[in-house]
Formats: sequence, structure tokens, C-alpha cells
Amino acid sequence: MDVQVWTYLLVGITFALYIGIAIWSRAGSTKEFYVAEGAVNPLTNGMATAADWMSAASFLSMAGLISFMGYDGAVYLMGWTGGYVLLALMLAPYLRKFGKFTVPDFIGDRYYSEIARTVAVICALFVSFTYVAGQMRGVGLVFSKFLEVDIFWGVVIGMGIVFFYAVLGGMKGITYTQVAQYCVLIFAFMVPAFYLSIQATGSPIPQIGFGSTLNDGTGQYVLEKLDQLHTELGFAEYTSGNKSIQDVFFITFALMVGTAGLPHVIVRFFTVPKVKDARISVGYALVFIAILYTTAPAIAVFARTNLIESVQNTEYTDIPEWFKTWEETALLNWVDKNEDGKIQYAPGAAIVGEPALKRVDGAVQTGPNGELLLTNEVTSSRNELYVDRDIMVLANPEIAGLPTWVAALVAAGGLAAALSTAAGLLLVISTSVSHDLIKKQIKPDLTDKEELRWARIAAAVAVLFAGYFGIRPFGFVAQVVATAFGLAAASFFPAIVLGIFHKKMNREGAVAGMVTGLLFTLAYIVFFKIAYPEYNTPEYWWFGISPEGIGTLGMIVNLLVSIFVGALFPNPPEEIQELVESIRYPKRT
Amino acid sequence: MEEKQRKAYWNRNLKYLCILLSIWFTVSYGFGILFAPFLNQFSMGGFKLGFWFAQQGSIYVFVVLIFVYVWLMNRLDREFGVEEQV
Repeated sequence: MDVQVWTYLLVGITFALYIGIAIWSRAGSTKEFYVAEGAVNPLTNGMATAADWMSAASFLSMAGLISFMGYDGAVYLMGWTGGYVLLALMLAPYLRKFGKFTVPDFIGDRYYSEIARTVAVICALFVSFTYVAGQMRGVGLVFSKFLEVDIFWGVVIGMGIVFFYAVLGGMKGITYTQVAQYCVLIFAFMVPAFYLSIQATGSPIPQIGFGSTLNDGTGQYVLEKLDQLHTELGFAEYTSGNKSIQDVFFITFALMVGTAGLPHVIVRFFTVPKVKDARISVGYALVFIAILYTTAPAIAVFARTNLIESVQNTEYTDIPEWFKTWEETALLNWVDKNEDGKIQYAPGAAIVGEPALKRVDGAVQTGPNGELLLTNEVTSSRNELYVDRDIMVLANPEIAGLPTWVAALVAAGGLAAALSTAAGLLLVISTSVSHDLIKKQIKPDLTDKEELRWARIAAAVAVLFAGYFGIRPFGFVAQVVATAFGLAAASFFPAIVLGIFHKKMNREGAVAGMVTGLLFTLAYIVFFKIAYPEYNTPEYWWFGISPEGIGTLGMIVNLLVSIFVGALFPNPPEEIQELVESIRYPKRT
Repeated sequence: MEEKQRKAYWNRNLKYLCILLSIWFTVSYGFGILFAPFLNQFSMGGFKLGFWFAQQGSIYVFVVLIFVYVWLMNRLDREFGVEEQV
């Protein structure tokens, strides 16, 4: 069977599974729809959280990204896992004890203020919308690459599936489909990794493999070899990286704190029965996440070594078949600048912009060696190779010569990762609208049935919006997604932590802190990413902090403003101080 | 629970928090970032030590920290009799 048949088969089976689970776990009340009745087993919740958290970006792009960043890739590896420690120690158990449905619920009640609640709703909607658009785009891309379906129809199919189980089942349906999706995505991620590790080193465990010696008879360590290749080609050593230490520090911190402040992650810990369960559940979640996150850097190293070794100074006529397949997708291209018929790989961009294949009457044009020609201008760099980062995961099975079903598995895994995250985000959006806006602010006399209907309507509208942005992404969507973490770090995290650990924090301080933190971070990001991208270089950044890392400073600004402004106003009412006291102890005392 | 006991419970919780978060900070930001260039002169198998902490070790430590916290807090809850009964 060829890859396409395998892909249809695996994607079909997994989709049928998700739909089956959705029908089995329909939600009948708002409590089921919002928090799955608060009756989810902590281990199940841990697995669902892992799928919720690991998005199309974690599955498809991260290993490729690290592969090009080397040591600097640590910002993602530590940044997207370390936040769970903060979540377990500072947020999850207390929010579980508080025992409502959403993050704006907590902010609104704790700071006895509808303004605070509204600010929190706006933050939640903003963070979730930017994030979900990227997921639907991921679904569309997987469909178009593996099944040769138009991106439009890919997104529509993805929307249909998510619509079905998120609108019908709410949190209950999402939780159990996420468990299935975790199993699919982790299996799909690990299989190629085992193969790659065995091929290169003989060790079946990739985490150990990339610290072992190559089995090519030289007895050289994998990383030593890669550092050597990098040095020969003029790159910085793989194990040292390019970013400044303070930038790595700030980006990692912003990602960690942002992770702990993301509403779709926090809300998962409202679904377990007890405070004790919330604590252990974060631990399970991180174990399931760590399996992928410790494997990704190994894949990055093997893929990078394989790529360099198979293309560097190779005659184009001797190039392996997979190279030509990916050339047609304009994700891997070669321009023979010195006309020697060999591929030279070096630092710097080979061409200006993204590759555009040269076509005459729709037919692609080939050069003297048989390579596909591009219309792009070439740069003055020695580098002749354009490599899209995403193909490092997508093309891995082919580069390593793995069986065809492995490539199909990667497609099913990518879809599982994108769909599970999209569903979690859509739930946050629908709850924010039906519960925090309509029930809490506009129509408090809503019955449970009516509120549930509103939740379903909001979820349905959100699916349509997400789909629209998946099909027609704004140029800046990708830029904004990367910075959603900074915004979460600068808004939610300090407000929640102060709400738990600082009993005397009042609404004036919290609102002032959230607003300044958010505006400060947003202004910095908009300035460098959208308004003046030409100034987006270290010499113009404040203290050498890139827009990706500015959330850390935003968080500090939020904390300071909260504490100073808070000190100028009266203490919160007695009953609020008692509320804070009560969430600090698992049992009512 | 008396005021004094409540204070004692909360202070112990804060103490655990400070200790665990110092380890969290030292391993990731210390070993993985600030001292990584220094630690890179040592190796563990084929890994330079700083690189290993940044891309592997810190993640393992994060997992262990959460489970230690869970164990400490469950013990503390029992000691002060504030476990939930459901």
C-alpha cells in the first residue's frame, strides 16, 4: 500500500474513534459541559492535559525548530515544561479548592469586581483566539500535504470533527477524546524516533541515543560529530547556540510563566474531584508531556546530522529520491550558485523570501542538473540550500528510509495534536462567553438549560471563526501566536498568584497591574513585530530582550504596579479575605 | 483548626514552596542557562553537561519536583487533619 492509502486508513480510523467517544460522552448540564462534572480521574486528566497542551506546533514544528537552533532550542524545551512546576505548586490546587468553572470566575470573585472579570474575559478570549487559528491552519496543512486535499477542505473537515465533539460533549467529550488523541500522537511521535536512534547509534531509547557513539565504526559521539559538521560548514557549534544568555533567560521565563497562565490549561484542573487530585494530576500531565519533550531534542539532532550528511557536497544527480519529492512542495530547494552541480550548505539564507517554483504554462522548469528552478532572487551567501523547518519532522520517515505506514502515522499524529488543542481552546472561548459574559454579567437569571444552549452556540460560532482564520490567516497571526505566552504571563499569572498568596491584595491593585502588564507587553510586541519590524534587532531591544521574552518584564511590571497601587487603596472586604483563607486549606475549617 | 495551627500549616507550605522553587530555578536557569557555558567543559557520556541540563536534565528534575511536592503536601494535610473527605 502507498502512503496515501495508509494515511486515509489511519486518519479515518482515528476520526471514527473521536466521534464514537463524543457520542458516548454527551454533556447534559453546564457542570458537565464546563468541567466534566468535576469527576475526572487524575491520571485521565493528566493525559488529557498533555494532549490539550501539545499543539500542532509541538508535534510538527518543535523538533525542526530545535534542529536549526541547537542549544537555543532549550528555550522551548524548558519554557514549555517548567511552567507545570509553577502550576502544581502555586495555582492548580488552590483554584481547584476555589471550585468554580473558569479563570475569569476566580479573578472576578477574588477581586469582587466586574471590571476585573471583564478584563480577564478579554485576556482569555484574546489569548485563545490567536492560538486556535494556528491549530486549524495546522489541520489544513496536514490534509494538504498528506492527502492532497485543498487547505480549504482540510480546514472544513477539521472544523466538522471539532464541532461534533466540542459542541456536543463539552468538557466531558473533549476530555475523553483528548485521552485517545494523546495515545495517537505520542505513538506517532515515538515510532520514527526509535527507528532513527537505532539506525544512528544502535540504542533504542532516543534520550540515551543522542548521547551515545555512532555505530558507523568511528566510535565518535553523535553530538561531537554534529558539532564538527557545524564547524566545518561555518555554523556555530550545535551545543552552544547563537542567542545571548539574557535573552535565553527572559524567553524561557516568559514561556514558563505564560504556560502556567494559559486559561485552557488551568481549566483542566477544575475537572478533578479533590485538591489532592489536582496536585498529582499536574505531575501526571508533565510526565506525559516530558515523553515528547525529551524525545524532540534527540530527533532534532538525528535529523540535522542526516540532513547535512546526505546533502553536503553531494552531486545533485546522486541525491536521494526524497529530496526530489520535497522539492515539488517548495519546502526544500537548491540553487546552484557556483554551477558545480553539487549542493553546498552554509549559514545564511540561500534565496530571498520563500521559494516560488518557476513555471511555464503551469509546468515546472528544471535546470541543467534536473533540479527545479525558482523565480526567487539569490543572496550573496555561499549557501545554496533552502530548508523549511517543518519538514524535519514530516520528512524524517522518508529521509531515514522507514516503512510507508510510519509517514501515515505522522499525519494522524499531527492531526491529533492540532485537534485536541483546538478543542480545549474552543471550550475556553465558549465558557467565557456563555458563563462569564452572559450568565454573570448580562442575564443572571438564565436557567442551566439556557446557559448550556448558549455555551453550545458560542462554541459553534467560535469553530466558524477559527476555521475562517485557518483558511485566511492574517500575515501577523503566526507572529501573534508566538507572543500569546507573553500576554498570558503579563496578565493572568501575577493576578492569580497574588490573589492566592497575598490576602490583602485589592481590586484596584489587581486591575491596574493586569492592564499595565498587558498594555506594556502588547505595545512592545506590536512595536517590534508589526509596526517597525526593521528595528527588531538586539541593538534596539531593551536590555537585549527580544519581543518573545518581554512577557517576563511585563510580569514584573504587573507585580510592581499591583503592589504599589494596591497599597494606596483600602484592604479587600472581610468576606474576600476569608475566601482567600479558605482556598489555602484542602478541607473547610 | 486554631489560628496558630492554620499559621503553622501555611508557613510549612510556604517553606516547601521556597525550597522546591529554588531547586527549580537553580537547575533550569542556573545549570541550563547561566552556568551552561561553564558546565559545558564537563561531559556525561556524549553530552556536554550544560547542554544536557538545558535540553534533558531540567525536564526530569521538573517531574521529580512535582511528585516530591505532592508527597510533602499530602503528608502535611494528614498531619494537620485537613485532608478532604469526599
